[in-house]
Amino acid sequence: MIPLSQLKFGENACIESTEIDKIPLKLIEMGCLPGNFVTIIQKAPFDDPLYLKVDETHLAIRKETAKFIFVKLIK
Amino acid sequence: MSKSLNIALLGNPNTGKTSLFNSLTGLSQKVGNYPGVTVEKKEGVCKLDRTTEGYFIDLPGTYSINSSSIDESIVVELLLNKNNKDYPDLALVIADVENLKRNLLLFTQVKDLGIPTILVINMADQMKRKGISLDIPILEQTLETKIALVSTRENTGLDELKKLILDYGIISNKPLIQINSIDKKYFENLENAFPRQSIYKLWLIITQDANFGAIQRTLISDISKFQTKSKSEIKRLQQKETIKRYQFINGVLKKCFQIDKASATDFRSKLDRVLIHKFWGYLIFFSILMIIFQSIFSWSEVPMDFIDNCFNYLSSVASNNLPSGVFTDLLSEGIIPGLGGIVIFIPQIAFLFLFLSILEETGYMSRVVFLMDRGLRRFGLSGKSIIPLISGTACAIPAIMSTRNIESWKERLITILVTPFTTCSARLPVYAILIAVVIPDGYFLGFSYKGLMLMFLYLIGFLMALGIAWILTKTLSIHSKSYFVIELPNYKIPLIKNVALTVWEKTKSFVEGAGKIILAISILLWILASYGPGENFNQAENIIQKKYPELAEKEIELKTNSFKLQNSYVGVLGRSIEPIITPLGYDWKIGIAIITSFAAREVFVGTLATIYSVQNDDNDTIKNKMASEIRKDGKLLFNLASGTSLMIFYAFAMQCMSTLAVVKKETNSWKWPLGQLFFMTILAYFISFLTYQILS
Repeated sequence: MIPLSQLKFGENACIESTEIDKIPLKLIEMGCLPGNFVTIIQKAPFDDPLYLKVDETHLAIRKETAKFIFVKLIK
Repeated sequence: MSKSLNIALLGNPNTGKTSLFNSLTGLSQKVGNYPGVTVEKKEGVCKLDRTTEGYFIDLPGTYSINSSSIDESIVVELLLNKNNKDYPDLALVIADVENLKRNLLLFTQVKDLGIPTILVINMADQMKRKGISLDIPILEQTLETKIALVSTRENTGLDELKKLILDYGIISNKPLIQINSIDKKYFENLENAFPRQSIYKLWLIITQDANFGAIQRTLISDISKFQTKSKSEIKRLQQKETIKRYQFINGVLKKCFQIDKASATDFRSKLDRVLIHKFWGYLIFFSILMIIFQSIFSWSEVPMDFIDNCFNYLSSVASNNLPSGVFTDLLSEGIIPGLGGIVIFIPQIAFLFLFLSILEETGYMSRVVFLMDRGLRRFGLSGKSIIPLISGTACAIPAIMSTRNIESWKERLITILVTPFTTCSARLPVYAILIAVVIPDGYFLGFSYKGLMLMFLYLIGFLMALGIAWILTKTLSIHSKSYFVIELPNYKIPLIKNVALTVWEKTKSFVEGAGKIILAISILLWILASYGPGENFNQAENIIQKKYPELAEKEIELKTNSFKLQNSYVGVLGRSIEPIITPLGYDWKIGIAIITSFAAREVFVGTLATIYSVQNDDNDTIKNKMASEIRKDGKLLFNLASGTSLMIFYAFAMQCMSTLAVVKKETNSWKWPLGQLFFMTILAYFISFLTYQILS
């Protein structure tokens, strides 16, 4: 299990858990829930912010938020 | 007898909610503000049948009714407060067929409030192309609602939607999710305490930090006794609620929604690969900016000159044809030029919003935020602040208006407060003439001193904007969401109707909102410059004629105008501030020009022309006059030290009443524009003082 912020460009992963107090409710509502798939589509320079596809939603979050979402790599 | 229905439009951002609103209401829409906040309130009327009118209110786009910004709390406040005059008879939740799952989250929440809710599925025309098939009857049955399939792009499905709205009485208003199942005991307590209330509404009142109407407010204070759960526990329950809703939605969609991934096109990811590329993305963005601002400069020039000529012509018609007197002077020299001063901004505003709304409509703007977020974040600005900061180099008026799409109020306010530091085009005439007079000829590494000075002025404007933004971020204590989550929507071809309505509405709101203030101040300035106390002002013509009996009539007129201005109220003011501005290297004549150029910075040049009694449009003569002007102590008035100090003053001072009027309109209070005026003037004074003292 690794934080989403360490996921590399193009890798697929599945959300295992989130640190609920550190991430906004909005992110949960947009599909950042355990069991959903997540892919990194693009990283801005200095790897911040991150452009993700979570479930069916394309969104961008900052690295500081991605640290609190934990994922498992899918081979 | 005619009836009317209140209909609330809700939906996630980028679902075409506003397009639907535009299709239904067209030019009947009114854009105002919600009381006390700076969130846009959009309302419009649409005839549903011969006897029924629908009053549509386009609520801010939101992903759920759990609010995380002022915009979103507007939504929950309206839906919870039955006493609100806009409380909806029914709600339309607009969903995009591609993101149906996420869009249905909001739908279930709205429906659970007991408001009859119709689901409007937009972009229905895209279903086939995207390989989506949807069983509408099953979806209607499981969601206990009616569904309208529309396409705002093709303008289809609107008549069916109107029929469904008229029949809204048949829609069940039973909740879809039993909220008490997420924590039985907690909700039992709640129900016992408030037996007659809907527990979902109570739950929302507990979880939202929004302001509610009078009735609910008392309820909240009562409820605090029952709020035995900590913030973190509440958030966990909200997560549980969200999971529960998604479980329900997944179950529903399994029965009636299918997507054939193979037929989905990959246009989006191909375009993203280039547009947000670490190198090409920035290159493309700055090229687009260059094109936009170049066109704002060059395209606006023609209509602006035309407007200028028209109002000059009107003034001369008025003064030549009306009987001479106070009223004619007021009309031809006060009101008409004042109106001209408002209308002159329209081309720039219209062009900027033409481009901005296209960028917004295509979905590119979210990519800009993605690209610029990190760079601007350290100064407390949003990725979107880059647009106002760069538009500010054309004119601060449209730039400040373009901050409206910055979600965080704090980031937006800071952007509004620092944008006037960027070097707008009205500063150019002032810089141009001062540089020509005081900066010596010569070259440094192949660049002329004059060119370098101009570049330096642009640079310090921009740096000051960033620096002040950084200070404000640290000092302004405004509660604002600190999280950054943005959706990157699909690319779309912009709808001409939406673009046209945005341009129309922005232009109209400028003329109506800021126009009044601009007109009032310009009339005031005209009065101050056209009247004066005592003999000197009233007998100006005789005095000049006696003093220079040998001069021709034209010369006499110029000298008279100069003498009149020097003895008008503005002149008196200019003299009275002389002791204050002497340490900056200025005399009272410059003082007069500083006061009059509060109308607009470029007036500085015109005022000096009048004072030095030269023809307004004869730049070389003004330059020569300025270059030979001698101070009381025998030195040149415009030397390197005083000239640079004056340029620095114009770089930092809030010398623009129109900007103040727009800031007043955008922040909905006089506090910010007056603070800005005060602070920027002090800052400009102080730095100009240092500049003069060091250079002289």
